[in-house]
Amino acid sequence: MTAIDSSNTESTNAHVHDLGMPAGPDITTISGAIDASIAANGEKQTALKAKDLKTDQEVRWCPGCGDYVILNAVQSFLPSLGIAREDMVIVSGIGCSSRFPYYMNTYGMHSIHGRAPAIATGLAASRPDLSVWVVTGDGDALSIGGNHLIHTLRRNVNLTILLFNNRIYGLTKGQYSPTSEVGKVTKSTPMGSIDAPFNPVSLALGADATFVGRAMDSDRKGLTDVLRQAAEHQGTSLVEIYQNCNIFNDGAFELLKDPNTGPMWTIPLVHGEPLVFGPGGASCVVRDDFGGLRIAESNQVDASQIVVHDAHRDDPSYAFALSRLSTQDLRYSPMGVFRSVVKPTYDRMMADQLEDAAAQEPADLDALLAGSDSWTVQ
Amino acid sequence: MTGTNPGISPAANGVAPGMHPAVDPAIDAAAHSSAPGGLVKSVVELDRVVIRLAGDSGDGMQLTGGRFTSETASFGNDLSTLPNFPAEIRAPTGTLPGVSSFQLHFADHDIMTPGDAPDVLVVMNPAALKANLMDLPGGGLLIADSDEFTPRNLAKVGYASNPLEDGSLEKWQLVSVPLTSMTTDALADSGLGKKEAERSKNMFTLGLLSWMYHRPTEGTIRFLERQFRRKPQIAAANIAAFRAGFNYGETTEAFAVSYEVKPAPMAPGKYRHISGNQALSYGLVAAGQRSGLPVFLGAYPITPASDILHELSKHKAFGVRTFQAEDEIAGIGAALGASFGGALGVTTTSGPGVALKAETIGLAVMTELPLLIVDVQRGGPSTGLPTKTEQSDLLQALYGRNGEAPVPVIAPRSPGDCFDATLEAARIALTYRTPVILLSDGYLANGAEPWSIPATDELPDLRTEFATEPNGPDGEFLPYLRDPETLARPWAVPGTAGLQHRIGGLEKADKTGNISYDPENHDFMTRTRQAKVDGIAASIPATEVDDPDGDARVAVIGWGSTYGPIGAACRRIRASGRSIAQVHLRHLNPLPADLGEILARYDRVVCPEMNLGQLAMVLRAKYLVDVHSHTQVRGLPFRAAELAAVFQDVIDGTTGTVATLDTGSDTPAQTGAAL
Repeated sequence: MTAIDSSNTESTNAHVHDLGMPAGPDITTISGAIDASIAANGEKQTALKAKDLKTDQEVRWCPGCGDYVILNAVQSFLPSLGIAREDMVIVSGIGCSSRFPYYMNTYGMHSIHGRAPAIATGLAASRPDLSVWVVTGDGDALSIGGNHLIHTLRRNVNLTILLFNNRIYGLTKGQYSPTSEVGKVTKSTPMGSIDAPFNPVSLALGADATFVGRAMDSDRKGLTDVLRQAAEHQGTSLVEIYQNCNIFNDGAFELLKDPNTGPMWTIPLVHGEPLVFGPGGASCVVRDDFGGLRIAESNQVDASQIVVHDAHRDDPSYAFALSRLSTQDLRYSPMGVFRSVVKPTYDRMMADQLEDAAAQEPADLDALLAGSDSWTVQ
Repeated sequence: MTGTNPGISPAANGVAPGMHPAVDPAIDAAAHSSAPGGLVKSVVELDRVVIRLAGDSGDGMQLTGGRFTSETASFGNDLSTLPNFPAEIRAPTGTLPGVSSFQLHFADHDIMTPGDAPDVLVVMNPAALKANLMDLPGGGLLIADSDEFTPRNLAKVGYASNPLEDGSLEKWQLVSVPLTSMTTDALADSGLGKKEAERSKNMFTLGLLSWMYHRPTEGTIRFLERQFRRKPQIAAANIAAFRAGFNYGETTEAFAVSYEVKPAPMAPGKYRHISGNQALSYGLVAAGQRSGLPVFLGAYPITPASDILHELSKHKAFGVRTFQAEDEIAGIGAALGASFGGALGVTTTSGPGVALKAETIGLAVMTELPLLIVDVQRGGPSTGLPTKTEQSDLLQALYGRNGEAPVPVIAPRSPGDCFDATLEAARIALTYRTPVILLSDGYLANGAEPWSIPATDELPDLRTEFATEPNGPDGEFLPYLRDPETLARPWAVPGTAGLQHRIGGLEKADKTGNISYDPENHDFMTRTRQAKVDGIAASIPATEVDDPDGDARVAVIGWGSTYGPIGAACRRIRASGRSIAQVHLRHLNPLPADLGEILARYDRVVCPEMNLGQLAMVLRAKYLVDVHSHTQVRGLPFRAAELAAVFQDVIDGTTGTVATLDTGSDTPAQTGAAL
């Protein structure tokens, strides 16, 4: 997937950019210097195994943390994408989840709190050849970094954002987060939280995100399926991953994980399939009288009334209505891909403008500096 | 305050001190006549003129000033400008908060400042008169648009009677001209409505001034044609108004004299006029070209830095990417992300933005990636004075981060110097793999001067090596294994096979870059980051000390945009027979290695700053020198005369000399010394 300009590969010390080239770099490539550097080592190795993605760093999450499961799932499925390790970059913010890059043998930056989407935007916008991932959490993405998240989503930069939602601040030892339910008792809310929480999927769809999915940390298959679609999506994809913090918020998703209750409250989203769920398909999703969606009992409605999931609807209202089926206590949680639509990506449009500009008027530094009102002193 | 020998004396040229030559054909000199319609018009030669145009924010004073500057530059005068405008885009018409002005100083010799006070003041309404009259020395020429001195406009700013008629302006040479109605008369056949036609009065005024000062007019006509190429009717109206103003000057009896200011001798070469923000933008484009790296600008709009974003966004053909971020933090974040990917990452802002970016600057210090942070300083604190100049971000630039986070700091000294300073900042960032703060200010950003266009092949070679091979003893890649000379770490860009590595804000283990909480390692890494920045001093040329007499016992030290006023003040001091040494710093961190020794040579060191003594504090702390701090935070540059008085006091206090100096504080200095 990396476009390497073969003209830059002939010299082994081509990492020093030849200034003799005409002004105006060939921007169909990234830049002469960068291209030369990444081409110096020859063929890309894309036939990887999960172990190729591990690093020598000891993983330091708490024993039993849901993050382990997610890390293993990512390391297992990433090789199937056929991307070379060196072409992947994982950018994270601050929080437990943001240690993720240290455990992945790719390029990575463990940045500062909330800013990973901004940093990743600059990287992805200037290097469309890379596969750039953001790993973040509910505090990192939705609280301190909320602004960057929504703007990244609306721009549709080619990024894959994994939002680990454990509904608590773990690294700071147990304060409520912007996804904690009202009434939650934590160290900073001894009488219960009075903050109304975000629904991350609703928030992303409100920002017109082109890809929004949700998955459970312990559901290896479902998680992998959503991650694969997210990775293949061109543009910003946001995957909310319900992740258990067994130290400060243990059992937060038990309602959905428990084999007895999970099927009752989980609405699997499969594109092109009717939204029927629950034991024996007892429940379903139908349209309500106000343009939204509601839960119904399957035997109380005509089969034609049951909504068939369409993740590709251009209008985000449907996906938003789906996201609103969830309540704070997780009863009725749609899981899967809410929305996946194709829109122009920011990095591509930016590159196109550069190419158009270069085609219209070749870059000439002398002409730029001289301007149109110069005079000569003899 | 006429100077007495050996104080600075008034200039020759037959012009009385404090006087723009009277509008009186009898006045002497190289006057020669030219006369359409039998009028006798004389021409007087001047060595320099300071003109200030003042009007409503909507009157187009900045544009008019800019055009007059272009005409003056192409004529070959040396020049310096001072735009001064409110933060409000359109304050209520005709009110004091809405007054916008543009001051231009041009001369037949090398000048360093936009002038302490105008010789000529053009006011487009009563508010402009009220806001600017106190700066016009007695005897100065005052041109007023009499059409706008209506009872309503006068009342808005509290004039009980019309100052154009009540004799209150007799101290000045007042010329009342109905600029607005003459403009609409001239455009009677243009097909434009009265309101629209009135908007061309600034071009009428420009035409009149162009006649008065013998400015070439072709450039302005070309400019108007270009500017309004999609609105030919507007272009034609503006050109007609411009010509009408010029012709009015030639035919009216109100102006019997016009003035000539001969071109200034300049070194042979090709010139243009350039503002600081423009020069800085071109410096960034040039840095990209000379380094072979794509430039990535992440920026959030902020006065007075936005023009850099505007300018760079025009240069996509050079591979320059501009990203208007959602906030200041995202602007620098994206720039740092781009740097990680191998770009020359840049963010541009002003003081409040630097405050927001501080944490990311710290991350760049920790990740040791090249990054340029441009701070076009403005009055602070908080929102402060968005459109006014100040130097009060020095300590923020040096120290405004958590932890021990050394960052190189560079400051340009003039609008044109913004170009070279930017290339120097890029050199340091790329060579040492570090964020660098470039401290411009509002005065440099918007001020303009003639600029000798550099030969691009003589610009610094900024080529940079990326890492392409593992560097460790066991074939591994060590992202924090340093270059022994520069202490820079390798820059391995994503996409390079075998060099995958992780960086971040947590403390790094030496060499491997892995997370480390080891006490000895943290102590070592903290000192190493400091040593890397300190080591930049080895690449800085020896400090220039300007002491033409060689016997100065007082040195003045400055940084940034005070170069012009300090230099002009030093010329006055020297013209009075005293000696003074001038040192002007470009590198504020690290300071030049020879600076301590230089400062120690002088009995006294004076440090003028547009803050409350920030550099002075650093110098005192670092060199144990008893620096005399002279400060001012008026949102405007220093006046050369004021600084000269300060320097004289220090010198005379040091040497016991009793000679007096014409400080010129109440006159436009017509000194023999160039300003």
